[in-house]
Amino acid sequence: MRKIRKAIPGVDTGLLIKDAAKLLPDPSRRLFLRAATSLGAITFLTGCDIVDQDTAGKALMAISRFNDRVQALLFNPNKLAPTYPESAITRPFPFNAYYYEDDAPEVEGETYMLEVGGLVENKKSWTLEELYALPQEKQITRHICIEGWSAIGSWTGTPLRDFLKRVGADLTAKYVWFQCAEGYSNTIDMPTALHPQSQMTFRFDNEILPRKYGFPMKIRIPTKLGFKNPKHVIGMHVTNQNLGGYWEDRGYNWFSGS
Amino acid sequence: MSSGTADARAADLPVASSAAVIHPGWVRVTHWINVIAMFVMITSGWRIYDASPLFGFIFPPAITIGDGLDGLSGALLWHFAAMWLFVVNGAIYVTLGIVSGRFRRKLLPIRPAEVVRDLRAALSGRLSHDDLSVYNSVQRLLYLGVIVAGVVVVLSGVSIWKPVQFQELAAVFGGYAVARYVHFFAMAAIVAFLLVHITLAVLVPRSLRAMIIGR
Repeated sequence: MRKIRKAIPGVDTGLLIKDAAKLLPDPSRRLFLRAATSLGAITFLTGCDIVDQDTAGKALMAISRFNDRVQALLFNPNKLAPTYPESAITRPFPFNAYYYEDDAPEVEGETYMLEVGGLVENKKSWTLEELYALPQEKQITRHICIEGWSAIGSWTGTPLRDFLKRVGADLTAKYVWFQCAEGYSNTIDMPTALHPQSQMTFRFDNEILPRKYGFPMKIRIPTKLGFKNPKHVIGMHVTNQNLGGYWEDRGYNWFSGS
Repeated sequence: MSSGTADARAADLPVASSAAVIHPGWVRVTHWINVIAMFVMITSGWRIYDASPLFGFIFPPAITIGDGLDGLSGALLWHFAAMWLFVVNGAIYVTLGIVSGRFRRKLLPIRPAEVVRDLRAALSGRLSHDDLSVYNSVQRLLYLGVIVAGVVVVLSGVSIWKPVQFQELAAVFGGYAVARYVHFFAMAAIVAFLLVHITLAVLVPRSLRAMIIGR
């Protein structure tokens, strides 16, 4: 198993694409692979891609951007996601990713550093020990996948908004961008980042966050769909630019609020 | 004039001649917009269902729409685009149906005894369709039923879409996970209605003409 300490280097994007394609029905797999081959690494970096290639696709994407705005208006910063008792926790909690469980990134806790950048006063990187020392809260909430299934889990960590204040983030900025060890990424809106239940998570079900759930840190956002809850987060940037994300760049609705 | 319902409603009907308008313009326009919206919502919804089936079957991908990169993103884009068409068009239809009195005039009353009688007549092929402007009791029940199913499919859909922001609504359906089943069965009810509805429209072509040119 390769050890991933920094971003994309070390990840074979070709293999990644093949793995993702294994989960697809035949015709879409062919389409996906063809598109992936023709556009190569560009698909990983740009916000516009295959869905945009025809007029219908463009119209659908325009409506999806409209839906982003509608969801931002519907988002109530004080509305809490329902919470549940311990007895409601789904066990075993499903593993879900665009790779197989065995291929989950393996991050070294001892050398791990969370890079904090963008519109923040204190750009220092954080060790895991420093992060663990932050005040922590536990939440038992429902994780909802864009596919429709859902599961109730228990996550413990520090509220993201407290951390953003601690590092002197510009809270009037529009977005927070998260970068993951293996190249996954997400951009979320600032109001959601400041929601009281948005959490930098270090523990799942009272245990140190296991590798399959995103060791050493995931971002738990119960007001957004599962794919907007990045795992193995190694970087956090406060920005006014929407940097998209792994699935967002592949046609999933950007806001994807619950 | 259908045999069982004639006397009860003769008074409030326009004279049934070939010249009388059976379906006013707003009914026809909203009907055909709804055809498009329903087609997209149902077939994209099936593709979304396939990503995480509730039961031991999936819908054959060939009868679904939404070829995105992963087969799901395209279906979601279609579903969350056509929802606006479906909801706005449906809201206009229901509002006009209530305000104009058409629903009350055409769909009420529904008496169980008449439903049973008309259903028997229909199944034995003795139900008259001479006057398309009057709905028999079975039609009334089905048309009212599909409007209710349409309302339920929207409200349960909103509960699935926004189970946090509209958690009170989702709670009405038993929470997010149960609302998915409600959404599925409301869709199934609509599809069952469509099978009967389309079959009968084909068997009584005059009814199709009336929905296109109004008479």
